[in-house]
Amino acid sequence: MVDMHSTLSDVLGIMQLSDIFHFLVPYAGVGGGVEAREQVDFMPLLKFTLLFLTGIATIFGLGLAFAAKKFSVKIDPRVEQVTDVLAHAHCGACGYAGCEQYAEAVVGNPDVPPTLCTPGGGRTAEAVARITGKKAEFKEPIFARVMCQGGWNKSRKKFAYEGVQDCRAAILAGGGDKACRYGCVGYGTCSRVCPFGAITMTGDHLPYIDIKKCTGCRKCEAACPTKIIEVLPASKQVLVSCHSKDKGADTRNNCETGCIACGICVKVCPFDAPSIENNLSKINLDRCRVCGLCVAKCPTKAIRDFIPQRSKASIKDHCTGCQICSKVCPVNAPSGELNQLHTIDREKCIGCGICTARCPVQAIDGTFNAAAVFAATAKKKPLAA
Amino acid sequence: MSNEFVKLFELIIAASLINNFVFTRFLGLCIFFGVTKRMETAVGMSITFTSVMMISAALSWLIFNHVMVPLGITFLKIIVFIGIVAGFVQASDTIMRKISPSLYHKLGIYLALISTNCIILAVPLLNAGEHYSFLESLAFAFGSGIGFALALIIMASIREKLELADVPGPFKGLPIAFIVTGLIALAFTGFSGLIKL
Repeated sequence: MVDMHSTLSDVLGIMQLSDIFHFLVPYAGVGGGVEAREQVDFMPLLKFTLLFLTGIATIFGLGLAFAAKKFSVKIDPRVEQVTDVLAHAHCGACGYAGCEQYAEAVVGNPDVPPTLCTPGGGRTAEAVARITGKKAEFKEPIFARVMCQGGWNKSRKKFAYEGVQDCRAAILAGGGDKACRYGCVGYGTCSRVCPFGAITMTGDHLPYIDIKKCTGCRKCEAACPTKIIEVLPASKQVLVSCHSKDKGADTRNNCETGCIACGICVKVCPFDAPSIENNLSKINLDRCRVCGLCVAKCPTKAIRDFIPQRSKASIKDHCTGCQICSKVCPVNAPSGELNQLHTIDREKCIGCGICTARCPVQAIDGTFNAAAVFAATAKKKPLAA
Repeated sequence: MSNEFVKLFELIIAASLINNFVFTRFLGLCIFFGVTKRMETAVGMSITFTSVMMISAALSWLIFNHVMVPLGITFLKIIVFIGIVAGFVQASDTIMRKISPSLYHKLGIYLALISTNCIILAVPLLNAGEHYSFLESLAFAFGSGIGFALALIIMASIREKLELADVPGPFKGLPIAFIVTGLIALAFTGFSGLIKL
């Protein structure tokens, strides 16, 4: 240190600066580590400070530059691009631990499809497919559906529960306070686990799912202790909203809107979609055409129609008058002579859309499925021609 | 010899329990409230924090006692210690990514948070102020790290339970966490007078 000091003095001495600055100033620093001094030599202090700071900065700079060079990791730039377009919910719906892990997998492994990011939806799938050079197949959006309508006002309770206000805790106390052990417990665990804030609890202690926010990540499905939430395709909008496997009489006793397995839906369905198993009606989603006939006939309103308001059918001008619609209609709404323009009685029509699907010239419009039916035929036609 | 070990042991106990950085000095609260929402992150942070703390304390001790004291520029210690910690953290981030990617994925996210933490800075500063020897510095850093880990794990386990509690609306989230911290701090005052240094 002494050597360094003298060398430095020599270097700076040439400039005769040390003589000018060689005066004593009160010591400016706090005295930690060295004995506090009243006075300090300003010049050497300045020299050492500058020297030391420059030195340590150089050492760290060179060290870091060396480390960055020597330990550089090659990262596929596409991984970063993919990470950017993902939803960043880290929900795990894709089956990987987080968004980065999925991005790595989808870039590195040719078998991983680009459509796995459910919260991101179609746009994300397209972007991922573009970056990775894979093909994105259209995936129908899926939403969480609550399969219970028996809120606290409509169902009976076994006992008064005063514990922790959480479904998973309540279920530990004798299977929950509800008389029906298959139904929604109503303490809102699902609304708290939802990463997108799509679930709110209604006044009757049932979850309400905002399908604008729901991404189908299945977090609520996993958290629900009674498994009352099912994540299903968006188009399947008529569902038996009850899981009760109790006998009909018991279900009726426990809840106003439970499925009592009366079998009316099985009789009324034109497509044989519902069937009764274990005292519970279940709709086969592959067969269901969402016509909603069973919804109207269900005596306990256990079958729920997720289409808020069904628009009624109307006949367009190019109707050929084949009378097929009046034959298929379950409520006899269409009428008209053969080869004449038909009319539909809007009072009778329930908007089931069966006639729209069956009309050979697509002359019936206005029902919920009209757009889908027209699109499907428009796709078929060029192939046929 | 045995006396020295007793001194080191006392230092560790003092730093972790009696003068716990979170509960008696109220340092490092930012990370403390940030990572204690879940046990998993709290444990990851504890491990990373303790190791970074010990290495940066050792580095700072060497530079302070062998460069800064002889040159008489100890007043620079705050700036220099910040530089040392930040540089070391950056270097270990780069090296870890190459050598052990699995460890990097587990603990890498905490490293960036640590570089600007005030406990990491406080430990070398206190080491310098108290004239600790090299071993004593290491013991103090280890004790501080253990103390911080203890605080994180206690708080994470309480907050995981707190999720389910019926907290009054205005106190939900951070406010109740601050209140709980205050209560634990009160409990930690019970350790004072455990040993005399």
